[in-house]
Amino acid sequence: MIQRECGVLKTSYEADMALYPLPIAKWTVAILAVLFFAVIPLSLHEYYLSIANLVWIAVIGALGLNILVGYTGQVSIGHGAFMSVGAYTAANLATRLDSPWPVNLLAGGLMAAAVGAVVGIPSLRIKGLYLAIATLAGQLIIEWTINHVTFISGGVQASIEVPRPRLGTMVLSSQRDMYFFLLVFVVLAIVGTMNLVRSRVGRAFIAIRDQDIAAEIIGIDIFRYKLLAFAISSFYAGMTGVLYTYFLGIANYEQFQIGVSIDYLAMIIIGGLGSVLGSIFGAIFVTLLPIVIRLGMEAFGGLFLPQQVVLNLIPNLRLMMFGALIVFFLIVEPDGLNRLWRNIRSYFRIWPFAY
Amino acid sequence: MRQFVIGLLAALVALTGALGTVSPGAAQEIVIGLQCDRTGPTQIVGTVLCPGFHDYIGLVNSKGGVEGRKLRALEIDHEYKVPPAVESYERHKKEGAVTMAVYGTPQIYALAAKLTEDRIPGTSPGFGSAAAADGIRYPYIFPIAATYWSQGTAAVHFAKQQLGGSLKGKKIAFIFYDNPAGREPIEVLEDLAASEGFQLRMFAVPPPGVEMGAQILDIAQRFRADFVISHLFGGAPSVSIKELKRVGYPLRKVIGFVWASAEANIEAAGGFAAAEGYYTMQFAGVGTDYPVLDEIREMYKKQGKPAPKEMASTVYYNRGVLIAALHVEAIRNALKASKDGKITGVDVKNGFEKISNFTLGGLVPPLKITPADHEGGGLVQIWQVKGGKFEKVTDWYAAYTDVVAKHIKKAASK
Repeated sequence: MIQRECGVLKTSYEADMALYPLPIAKWTVAILAVLFFAVIPLSLHEYYLSIANLVWIAVIGALGLNILVGYTGQVSIGHGAFMSVGAYTAANLATRLDSPWPVNLLAGGLMAAAVGAVVGIPSLRIKGLYLAIATLAGQLIIEWTINHVTFISGGVQASIEVPRPRLGTMVLSSQRDMYFFLLVFVVLAIVGTMNLVRSRVGRAFIAIRDQDIAAEIIGIDIFRYKLLAFAISSFYAGMTGVLYTYFLGIANYEQFQIGVSIDYLAMIIIGGLGSVLGSIFGAIFVTLLPIVIRLGMEAFGGLFLPQQVVLNLIPNLRLMMFGALIVFFLIVEPDGLNRLWRNIRSYFRIWPFAY
Repeated sequence: MRQFVIGLLAALVALTGALGTVSPGAAQEIVIGLQCDRTGPTQIVGTVLCPGFHDYIGLVNSKGGVEGRKLRALEIDHEYKVPPAVESYERHKKEGAVTMAVYGTPQIYALAAKLTEDRIPGTSPGFGSAAAADGIRYPYIFPIAATYWSQGTAAVHFAKQQLGGSLKGKKIAFIFYDNPAGREPIEVLEDLAASEGFQLRMFAVPPPGVEMGAQILDIAQRFRADFVISHLFGGAPSVSIKELKRVGYPLRKVIGFVWASAEANIEAAGGFAAAEGYYTMQFAGVGTDYPVLDEIREMYKKQGKPAPKEMASTVYYNRGVLIAALHVEAIRNALKASKDGKITGVDVKNGFEKISNFTLGGLVPPLKITPADHEGGGLVQIWQVKGGKFEKVTDWYAAYTDVVAKHIKKAASK
């Protein structure tokens, strides 16, 4: 009743190919745009905006990983390393050549794409768990290389400070400025991914995921498309690394270690493999969950236990609850938050009827 | 079933509503932002250091606070990861923290730019960027304890004393954790190797630092080092002690940097008897024999509670007390200099730069923090594992300060 799919008639090819053909979808997108572009940044405190910035960065990274793991079916534990490649490329360009941030962003993404394609070469021969180990090797090798090659790392500390991005004469330094800066790229990433997966390349990816031998037989060059998947996914990862560097003001490979790769895998698994909305949900969930748990514990814990015990309990409980909630969600809905949302949506599609 | 669920939801809503009216503390409280690592690779440190911090703040509050104002230490755990550390920094800022006790080398690197922009002083005692000792270049970063460069020079000085006054022709092995924090002292050690004439070889231990059999064998039997300087942290120091014992290398020729030097490390290595002879470097006093610790025990007795078990792990606990004490001194200086009792991060920064001759009964070295020198002199003490406990070997000293100053200047010019 709420979502009317009938009576929506299109008279041009553009209308037919639109991302959101239904009026309710158009309205929802408009409302969300107003919410995220106007309401949230102008009403929330800088602390909450900093959390939102962390979420946006995670969304871009999760989208990239979902293209590789969810749509192409290539398991990869190397995402963190590609982020650090992008971060260090941008940091080196910014400090050595004083290049402006668009150049750094693009260069970081392209360098990460190149490295990602190289790390993805084993995907021709191996699949699944074996490919995961090969990409893990890529992650560790890239980490070690950055750690030891001082040309890349900029010294023993392996930290490079980058100047804040400038837009004309304005320097983007506060969390609010960063919020808008990141939101633009998040929108670009989401729209890009949504268009990618319904294009020819995206269909090739899905074919490779589902039945790669059949895909090869009908003429899809799977080696080329697998490398393209790695490259595109690593481009997203490189962008994430560069944006994270600009967010923090410093590039340091210790922020992109294997724990981060696992975090992103957790994001897309919880959110839902093979869906754009799933990546977004997963990124929001995994980034916000520790913070929400901590806030909850701080609010409630003081009632039952003395302060010292609460302090010791909060971080440990946070880790436990994080794991427990992940397990809980995967039991309740193995296909992720995306499927949960789809179920709710299809319920309301024919509401108030039951079927 | 449905009624039960509705009842539960109503109860939760009521509870949240009740809590919403509970406001934290007095309006005149001064907030200190504390970062900790109670669950993470260095939890062996965090689970003891942070209670020490809180206990000192509790002691100060129980005596009426600083210049009549109570303190509140807001602790947020970050599991040694950077994004939670950034988020906790923003949270502390929101709560109005005037000073931050940062924890972790990647964290202080990540927050350095933000601390300087927001003009809130952050401390990084015993870890972090050694170049940050330069107070002019990094006005809001305070190492307030010997940085890795000062620890390196102090270790070489101690080795020189132990090897008969001269290092010419001797062989020193530097075993370290292979990450930026671990590699920081290398340039200073190489400098000293050139000037003192000893042969220095590096032995890198890859993370997570539990496999070093090959390196230890190399040190003991191939390189045959005359002295070993060990810069490991987390779970690695105990492994190194065990491995050195296994190959038969005498532990009295080994000195560990400040994070390889706690009771927990010795106990994990098999106990004090097993680690007999091991030298440790400390930047805070060791043991329970300090007046401030007695006062803390008194405070707990007055509350009718036993002294916390973390006090037994004196190395890290005392460091927590030291860090808290220095923050409190800076706040005290800031409050004394402020006319209307309102202080900001800038005031506390100036307060830090006035600290000198504050020793807390010997727990804190006689640091002298100035606007140019945020390290305070790079003072360390050496304690040895002897007869089942730590025994003091030297008093507070700093070595080769000219070499360290030269490197700081070189780093600042980059």
